[in-house]
Amino acid sequence: MIVTAAPARSPRHLVTDGDLRSLLLIRHFERALLRLFEQGVLSGTTHTCLGQEYIPVALSALLRDDDFVFSNHRGHGHFLARHPDPHGLLAEIMGREGALCGGVGGSQHIYHRRFLSTGVQGESLPVATGVALKLAGTGALACAYIGDGTWGEGAVYEALNMASLWRVPLLVVVEHNGIAQSTPTSAQMAGTIAARAAAFGIRHHHVASDDVDEIRRALAPLVDAVRTEPSPLVVEFATHRLGPHSKGDDTRPPEEIRRARESDWYDRYAEADPERFARIDAEQRELVERVVAEVSARPHARPGGAA
Amino acid sequence: MRVSEHLNRALHDLMESDPSIHLLGEDVSDPYGGAFKVTRGLSSRFGSRVRSTPLSEGAIAGVGAGLALAGDKAIVEIMFADFVALAFDQITNFAAKSTSMYGRPVPVPLVVRCPTGGNRGYGPTHSQNPQKHFIGVPGLSLFEMTPFHDAGELFTRMFGLGGPCLFFEDKVLYTRQMHQVDDLFTVELVDDVARVRVDGAGWPDCTLVTHGGLVHRTLDAMRALLLEDDLVCELLVPAQLYPVPHLPGLDDASHVCVVDDATEGGTWAAEVATVLYPRLWGRLRRPITLVNSADGVIPAAPHLEREVLVQADGIRAAVREALS
Ligand SMILES: Cc1ncc(C[n+]2csc(CCOP(=O)(O)OP(=O)(O)O)c2C)c(N)n1
Ligand SMILES: [Mg+2]
Repeated sequence: MIVTAAPARSPRHLVTDGDLRSLLLIRHFERALLRLFEQGVLSGTTHTCLGQEYIPVALSALLRDDDFVFSNHRGHGHFLARHPDPHGLLAEIMGREGALCGGVGGSQHIYHRRFLSTGVQGESLPVATGVALKLAGTGALACAYIGDGTWGEGAVYEALNMASLWRVPLLVVVEHNGIAQSTPTSAQMAGTIAARAAAFGIRHHHVASDDVDEIRRALAPLVDAVRTEPSPLVVEFATHRLGPHSKGDDTRPPEEIRRARESDWYDRYAEADPERFARIDAEQRELVERVVAEVSARPHARPGGAA
Repeated sequence: MRVSEHLNRALHDLMESDPSIHLLGEDVSDPYGGAFKVTRGLSSRFGSRVRSTPLSEGAIAGVGAGLALAGDKAIVEIMFADFVALAFDQITNFAAKSTSMYGRPVPVPLVVRCPTGGNRGYGPTHSQNPQKHFIGVPGLSLFEMTPFHDAGELFTRMFGLGGPCLFFEDKVLYTRQMHQVDDLFTVELVDDVARVRVDGAGWPDCTLVTHGGLVHRTLDAMRALLLEDDLVCELLVPAQLYPVPHLPGLDDASHVCVVDDATEGGTWAAEVATVLYPRLWGRLRRPITLVNSADGVIPAAPHLEREVLVQADGIRAAVREALS
C-alpha cells in the first residue's frame, strides 16, 4: 500500500478567514450533494472531494486570473476555490436556471471563464499542454488537476513529453489519494510519479502537508519558475478521499476508511482556532443550505442562456 | 432475473467451462465487481484470470488481443462505452485487421464489453452509444445484449467467430428483467432474432427493428400504437448488429421502422436500411423510417437528456406519421 498519510498536527500557520471560508464552503457543498442524492433529488452521479478541499484552496492563491485551470470528475472543489459561485455550480449539477453550462455538462463537464473540466480521464493533459504552449511567455500558465489513477492513461505521457520538450508553462497537480475508484494505487501503478516525471526531465515536488500556508510557501517559487522559465512542473499531493468514489460505492475496508477520516484536515483546523472555525463553519453551512433551497426552487435550465 | 445478474451468471459459467478465458477491466475485481456489478464474484473464483487494470483502455484492449493471439480468449470491459474511443486503434487497426492482414486467417478471440446508453443523467462523456463508429470495420463484429437472448450463448457464438467482437450492454437494461414482456406480446426466437408480436393480432401495419437497449421503449410505443392508435406492430431484435443478420418475416412487411439509440448520422439504423432496401425494393410502399437520438451531445440534466435520446413517445410519433 502506498502510504499517503499527512502528519497529524495542527496547522502551524493560522489560516485567513477567506481560506477557511473557501475550505468550508467546499466541504458543506459536497456534503449537501451527497444528502441531495440520498433524497433522490439529484440524478446521474457525482464525485465529491471530501478530504481534498485544501489542495485547490492552497493553489488558488498561487494562480492568476489569466491562468487556465483544467479539472476532472472530482472538480467541485477546484471550481469553488477559483470561482466562489456555489449557485452556478449547483444549478449546473441540478439542471436549473443559472447553470454554468446550461445543464448540458453537469457535474463533470464545466467550462466557465478559464476553468474547464471533462469526465474522460487523461484527456485534459494534452489540451492543457496546447493551452500552455499558447500562454508561454505571457507569464500565465495552464494548471491541470489529475488523480493518481489517471497516470494509467497513455495521453498523460504523450503530453508530458511535449510539455517538457517545448518548455511550456504547465502545472500538473496530482491528487494522490491512494485509490482510483475501487483500485488501490499499489494495484494500478508501477514505480512512482516522481520517477515518471524525472524520466521526462520534469521537476517534481511532493506535498505531504495539508497546511494551506505551508503548502503555498513551498510552492510559490516553483510555480513562479513555471511561469518565468517557462517549464512544466508536477506537484504531487499525498491526500485522502474521505467519501465514496461517487455515491454509495465505497468498498474499502472500514479500517481504511477510518484511517482516511483520521487524516481529515477538518478537525485539526477546528482545534487550531475553535471559535473562529465554529463561526465560519456555521456561516458556510447556512450559506450552502440557502443555496440549495434557492437553486432547488428554480425552473429547469435551458441551454444557450447559460450564465 | 435481472439482465445484470443474467450476464454475471453467464460470465461465471463461461469462465468455469473454459479455462482459457481471461477477463480484464477497470475495477472489475471483488468486492467492487465492476462499475455495474456485472463481474461480481469472478475474481474471487477465478483468481488471476480476472484482473482489475489501471485506467488504460487502449492498452487493456491490446493486452486482450495479445492473450487471444497467444491462444487464449479474452473479455475486456470498458467501464463506459464512451471510453472505447481510447481503444479504437487496438480494436480496429490491430485486433480486427490482424485476422486477415497477414495473408492467412489469424484468430483473435476477443470480446470487448461496452456498457452503453443514456437516460441515467451521467452527462455527455458517459452516455453515448458509439456503435456507429465501429460499423463496417473489416473483421469486427458487433453484438448487443437483449432481454431475449441468452448471454452465455452469445459469448460462445462471439468466441466461435474467431475475430474480435464488441458486445454492448445498455446500462438501463441492466436493471430490467430477462424475458419479461407485457401480456399483449409473445416472443419467439427465429434464427437468433427475437420476434415480438401482438398476441392474436392480424398482419402488422409496421415492423420495427431495434437493438437490445431500446426494446422496452419500443414495446411501450407498440403498446400505445395498438391501444390508442389501432396500429399493429411487430418487433425484431437481433443480438448481432453488424454484419446485419437476416431479419425474418419482412418479405411482405407493410412498413419498416428502425429504432436506434445512436445520435443521427452514419448510424446502425441506416446500415439496416441499406441492407433491407435491395431485398424489399418494389414491395415497400414508403421509405424505411429511421428513428435515432437527436444530432447532439447527451446532456446531463434529465429534462434535456430526455429530449435528445429516443423515447417511446418519439417512436410512436414516427410510426404514426409514416403511416398517416
Ligand atoms: C478514460 C476513463 N476511464 C475510466 C473512467 C471512469 N473513472 C472515473 S474516475 C476513475 C478513477 C480515477 O482515479 P484517480 O485518477 O485516482 O482520481 P480520483 O477518483 O481518485 O480522484 C475512473 C476509473 C473515466 N472517467 N475515464
Ligand atoms: Mg485517486
